[in-house]
Amino acid sequence: MVERSATKIEIPKIELRGVTKIFGDRPAKMLPMVEAGASKEDLLEKTGHTLGLRDVSLTIMQGQTFVVMGLSGSGKSTLIRHLNRLIDPTAGQVLVDGEDIMALDEKALTAFRRARMAMVFQRFGLFPHRTVLENISFGLDLQASGRAAREDSRARAREWVSTVGLDGYEDSYPHALSGGMQQRVGLARALAMDTDILLMDEAFSALDPLIRRDMQDQLIELQSRLKKTIVFITHDLDEALRLGDRIAILKDGEIVQVGSGEEILTAPATDYVAEFVEDVNRGRVLTAGRVKLDCAVVTSTEAPAAALTRAGNGELQITYVVDANGKLLGAVTGSRMRRAIAENTASMESLVEPVQTATADMVLEDVLPLTLKGDLPVAVVDGQGRVQGMLSRRSIIAALAETAGVAKPGH
Amino acid sequence: MSFGAAISLLLIAGGVFGAALVLTGARPGLARSRRLGLAGAAALAAAVALVIADLAGMGLLAGASEGAAPLLPLADWVDRAVDWLVTAYGDALRENISNPIVYAIGFFERFLYQSIAWPAMAVAFALFAYHASRKWTLALFVAVAFVLIWALQLWKPTMQTLSLISVSILVTALVGLPLGIAMGLSNRFRTAMMPVLDFMQTMPSFVYLIPVVMLFGLGTFSGVLATAVYAAPPLIRLTDLGLRLVDKEVMEAATAFGASRSQKLWRVQLPLALPNVMAGVNQSIMMALAMVVIASMIGVRGLGQEVFYGLQRQEPGTGFTAGLCIVLLAIVLDRITQAYGRRMQAHYQTGAY
Repeated sequence: MVERSATKIEIPKIELRGVTKIFGDRPAKMLPMVEAGASKEDLLEKTGHTLGLRDVSLTIMQGQTFVVMGLSGSGKSTLIRHLNRLIDPTAGQVLVDGEDIMALDEKALTAFRRARMAMVFQRFGLFPHRTVLENISFGLDLQASGRAAREDSRARAREWVSTVGLDGYEDSYPHALSGGMQQRVGLARALAMDTDILLMDEAFSALDPLIRRDMQDQLIELQSRLKKTIVFITHDLDEALRLGDRIAILKDGEIVQVGSGEEILTAPATDYVAEFVEDVNRGRVLTAGRVKLDCAVVTSTEAPAAALTRAGNGELQITYVVDANGKLLGAVTGSRMRRAIAENTASMESLVEPVQTATADMVLEDVLPLTLKGDLPVAVVDGQGRVQGMLSRRSIIAALAETAGVAKPGH
Repeated sequence: MSFGAAISLLLIAGGVFGAALVLTGARPGLARSRRLGLAGAAALAAAVALVIADLAGMGLLAGASEGAAPLLPLADWVDRAVDWLVTAYGDALRENISNPIVYAIGFFERFLYQSIAWPAMAVAFALFAYHASRKWTLALFVAVAFVLIWALQLWKPTMQTLSLISVSILVTALVGLPLGIAMGLSNRFRTAMMPVLDFMQTMPSFVYLIPVVMLFGLGTFSGVLATAVYAAPPLIRLTDLGLRLVDKEVMEAATAFGASRSQKLWRVQLPLALPNVMAGVNQSIMMALAMVVIASMIGVRGLGQEVFYGLQRQEPGTGFTAGLCIVLLAIVLDRITQAYGRRMQAHYQTGAY
């Protein structure tokens, strides 16, 4: 997915500050050893303690889909469980809306979980003894006292049944549903809580690829309407790139890199990340804005000779023609300009050929078909139709073929 | 020192050596040679201490001698404790606990075999069986079993036994369920309870009949108490197990959605543990039936008494027919409770449970 417009004001929603988690009998005693930099293997061998997270600091902005990705054992499930304190850190702070949730007592914590974040689980975590509707209303039922309140929570749950497309299954038990449908129940149960934070722990990992794709689409669609802060855990890089506004890569309990999908793809911080992103479908991640080439632009009133000078002697001897307001009219090739000079044509206007346009946030996969619709390179334009650069077939293929390790961000 | 004493010495020293090795092994980062040295020193110290004690005349290394007073007079202590309990609280216990329960059981017994005609009981149980299993074959079997019991002229003792078992299981459930739940929720309590349960299950039942009879006298109440103690462990263990077997992610989900401790217990853990709890009830009933004959030795009426008569009078037939009735009763109760257990999980059978 693409970075949202940069003009939006970003408010930190969740912050992790130096969170370290050690599993074992006496985690606090092992802390100095971990802080001194003992490796995960060393710690396990010498003390029998397992290092879950080491000094993890993250800021997750409001409205962001933040993906934490890593292989199994990297600590990603441990990390997400710190956010609603299913796991307490050995050291460090977890802040939600600036409030330190480690300071909450049991009662406040329960209230916090009800009001602030809902969670979707990898193996769904549905209640086998409750029907679909009862599952979805579980969180609401907990807060409902009395028959009327319960009726109300059931009614609210019913709305979510249709949102996730489970109409007619309200009274089924989870075991009667397919995996995809069970996870829809899980998603509806979380959404019904109406919290502004959604935690998704490998929510789609247990599903078939087709259904997974389907659920991702549904999540993207829901998110465009609900604008929640989503923390999404996955081991699937394609999923991470598809869903995440920002992606954190976790290895052995440590954050290796945080950035947008494109940043991670084009400027991997370590060899580990580079290796990771090697097999990614780059066309689905790289945007026109990132790989666009500089191009010559002339106004329609300029003379062909001046335009030709501007176009230079590059492989693509071409210039885009704009009107007085900077709006794109089309392109003129070098050969046409030369012919116009020879024939003494005064204005560029008659030479202009129409071109395909793409916006800067389109991914290459979507731009590529446009380059096949005409011989001229695709113009990259902004919202007002002003030219920002161009993309030829060749430049797109070159960007797709670049291996991650040597790629440079090409502004 | 005799040959036997030398062998004993070697065995004990070897034991100390092994124990020291195991203990030092629990501490990480201790070199192997150092552990061996420590264990060797411990074994040597033990051997020296034993020899000195032996020379001093304590006779630790000699074979068992008969007739001498035990070094550890545990039997005396237990005797004195029970004596004290009987003199101090015997009357109060009998009046306040034993008598009302005995009265209740008597009432229940008479209700079962006097107030209700036997065919009505047979039909009621058959309906019960059908309700539990939805199988008319089981209902028919139950009816036939009851007819057979009537035909053997053992209706009254069978109903006495049924009432004793019902009351015992009620007591077991009232005590056992809370204990099982507490074990399921607290690791510390579980650690404390495990040896108690082992004790209850392996200590021969005659042993705790002695103080029970001293406190409450021969009769029904002692029988109920002995039966309840004997029958409780499976229910407690299976309740604990049931709570612990609830899927971890399901429990996490309950927590994440803001369920309080009691909400988690009542809305998630207990409903999901119910099939296991039911299996525990079933096992407890079977254990209680196994106590029937033993309970008859302290004067509990019913089928056990018939078996006991058969033994005393050397009438194999009497013993066999009463035994057959116990078996029939066991099968009937077992099938009915199992069917209820299955029905409880029918809703949410996922394979994971």
